[in-house]
Amino acid sequence: MTEPLARPRRKDPLKKTRLPLNPQGARSRAAHGLTAAAAEGRFVLQSCADCSAVVYPPRDACPVCLSPRLPYKDVDARGVLLAETTVRSSTDPYFRERTPWRIGTVKLDAGPVLVAHLHGDTKEGGRVRLGLKLDKSGAPVAIALPEQDTPHMGDDPQLRELTCDPKFRRVLITDGRTAVGQAMAKAFSEAGSSIIFVGIADAWKPFPGMDALRGIERVEIIPLDITDSESVLEQAEQNGGRIDIIVNTAEHIRAGGIIERRGINIAREEMDVRYFGLMRLAQAFGPGMRFRGADGVNSATAIVNLLSVYALMNWPTYGAHSAAEAACLSATQSLRAELRSGGVRMVNVFFGPLETEWFQTVPPPKVAPAVLARAVIEALKKGLEDVFVGDVAEDVRLRLAVNPKALERELAG
Amino acid sequence: MTSTPSRRKAYDGVALCAPVTVPYRRYSTNSAHWWIGRALQALTKQAGLQPTDLDGLSVSSFTVGPDTAIGLTQHFGLTPRWLDHVPFGGASGMVGLRRAARAVQAGDADIVACVAGDTNHVDSFRKTLATFSRFAQDAVYPYGSGGANASFALIAKNYMNTYGARREDFGKICVAQRDNAMGVPHALMKKALTLDEYMAARPISDPIHLFDCVMPCAGAEAFLVCSEQTARSLELKSVRVLSTIERHNAFPGDPIQVRGGWAMDAGELWSMAGVKPDDIDFVETYDDYPVITMMQLEDLGFCKKGEAADFVRSHTLTNNGTFPHNTCGGQLSVGQAGAAGGYLGLVEALRQLTDAPLGTHVPDARIGLVSGFGMINYDRGLASGAAILARAA
Repeated sequence: MTEPLARPRRKDPLKKTRLPLNPQGARSRAAHGLTAAAAEGRFVLQSCADCSAVVYPPRDACPVCLSPRLPYKDVDARGVLLAETTVRSSTDPYFRERTPWRIGTVKLDAGPVLVAHLHGDTKEGGRVRLGLKLDKSGAPVAIALPEQDTPHMGDDPQLRELTCDPKFRRVLITDGRTAVGQAMAKAFSEAGSSIIFVGIADAWKPFPGMDALRGIERVEIIPLDITDSESVLEQAEQNGGRIDIIVNTAEHIRAGGIIERRGINIAREEMDVRYFGLMRLAQAFGPGMRFRGADGVNSATAIVNLLSVYALMNWPTYGAHSAAEAACLSATQSLRAELRSGGVRMVNVFFGPLETEWFQTVPPPKVAPAVLARAVIEALKKGLEDVFVGDVAEDVRLRLAVNPKALERELAG
Repeated sequence: MTSTPSRRKAYDGVALCAPVTVPYRRYSTNSAHWWIGRALQALTKQAGLQPTDLDGLSVSSFTVGPDTAIGLTQHFGLTPRWLDHVPFGGASGMVGLRRAARAVQAGDADIVACVAGDTNHVDSFRKTLATFSRFAQDAVYPYGSGGANASFALIAKNYMNTYGARREDFGKICVAQRDNAMGVPHALMKKALTLDEYMAARPISDPIHLFDCVMPCAGAEAFLVCSEQTARSLELKSVRVLSTIERHNAFPGDPIQVRGGWAMDAGELWSMAGVKPDDIDFVETYDDYPVITMMQLEDLGFCKKGEAADFVRSHTLTNNGTFPHNTCGGQLSVGQAGAAGGYLGLVEALRQLTDAPLGTHVPDARIGLVSGFGMINYDRGLASGAAILARAA
């Protein structure tokens, strides 16, 4: 049984801050097929297109028939834990700080044998299911989980190293004026976050849902305008040392393509909120988060960026908006690399049209803010990096994977 | 043991001689080149040769990079007409011996220097582990980075669960080897070991405890392969090769390693040599961990699968015992000088069979068996080999 996490006490300023370290993150190109799956929370292994052999570790030729056609496919993640060991002496500084550390040999029903991290509720000789996760270096690893969920299983220290669980962590939601920001605050409160800082620009201006937002447990409203560098810096100075997760809910959505826009003022605002806004956040909060990436139970762990799925392929109906989202997406890829040294994850959550005022004219299916918020919590609990919420986002993801050019034409309408 | 008569050519006329050990050190600021160079120098001195008389060279090393054997020819001023690089870790001695013996038989070389050497800088062991193989990089090292200790812990745990071996049985192997090492001047572990001390040692990666692990160190081992005629003309005592085997990636379908390639080829090993397990006077197994020693005793036919613990319980494994085993103390006592660990048992066997052991003699040693095992590429050791050697007539 997993020992439930105790609420971390206020940090003793005289105690050492455990500095962030990463396990070895180098992987072969073939192994990055696992990275892609772990980022989305799928369990895949190479499966020979010619003889169907399921293969691990990742290879460039099938060890049964030598075929080079080894695509990754979803496979049954269940198996038996044949043997386990507790590593007490490690040559790697990351693990030296974290021993004792349990690993084991798992024989999958699908065939291959994997060396895997072990969740505390697994037993030698017992049934397990494997999960693919990204470790602090951003590289894919397998962890054996108990076959059925167990109480508090997310609190297991080895699993928690691979996730960004919001429980007992302190969150900053950058914009509480929006329906999405408010749904997010509620969801983090329910997920057990210790403080939910919610940014409000121009607090004197009332907004719908204000009273309900103030009523959510452990919500603390703070002044924050992510289009104002000073405002962002001030918040980082005030609260940056105790923010473990940032969810960037700042949005700027207007319909229209490029030619229809008169001038570039609105486009500039879009960029200011979405691209420069993220940059301001990252510059102000990033260094501190990176430094606290291994600082105990409530270490800094993730920046969540909410993105239109049309960041991946422009939707001309919202063409200028899509372009700003694409700029924001590109920035997250750089941030992902820059945050990695601190073990802080950059989570991109993609979604289609939302059930909000800015998408009134768009037909369903649309994503309700509460659904989006739940998806963010799930993503953090599972340790995902790329999340697609709702039918439209999933549709775009699949079409993009098959034929990006076709998708471009299809979105043009 | 059933087997068909060997179709392989015997090693008639091949002589192994001039066993060389460059005394080990825990850490060295010198390069692998320095250690290998010293071994070659000792070989030529012992044999009364000029370096240019070596017309064959076989090299095994983990730390000689970015060089390989070819770069070493220029480094050492050698002009061989036969050159080999054998990066097979604990199987290097067996593989190097087999290839060199055939080269001499075929006349491709007259005198082959077989040498294995590695250095050990303060942080080189970690670096070797992290980049040991592609599978290790992708699928082992990120899991706790416990190195070989953790990988063999999983194998040992499964073996204990499956066959009922106990830590005490592993301990008996280690304690006897330490006893054998007492007379070996350069052994890194010089203090006698008791079973109580073995049992009380700190855990490294359960069930592996401190005295199950070899000490990484710097060192080199070497020997010469030539014709019996050449050995006589150099007035070198020599050893004959009765048979050898070699196998890689045996039993890939076993979900976890309980046997090595010896189990595929042991019949061939015995039939080619024309001797039986009872005829063997001493055995040098590859002892990176005692569980692997147990697998070798089983797979080479000294006992049945799963019965090695009983076998160990019913024998004394010291040099004056009923089953002299790892007669210089093995890597567990002497240290593991990288690829030289794959030569240690072979060089010691040459010493026992030429009456020149560094430590104690095995009384009346006429025939010895040496075994090698190496390269834990992913979850198991891939390379295995063995040789039966005999005192020159």
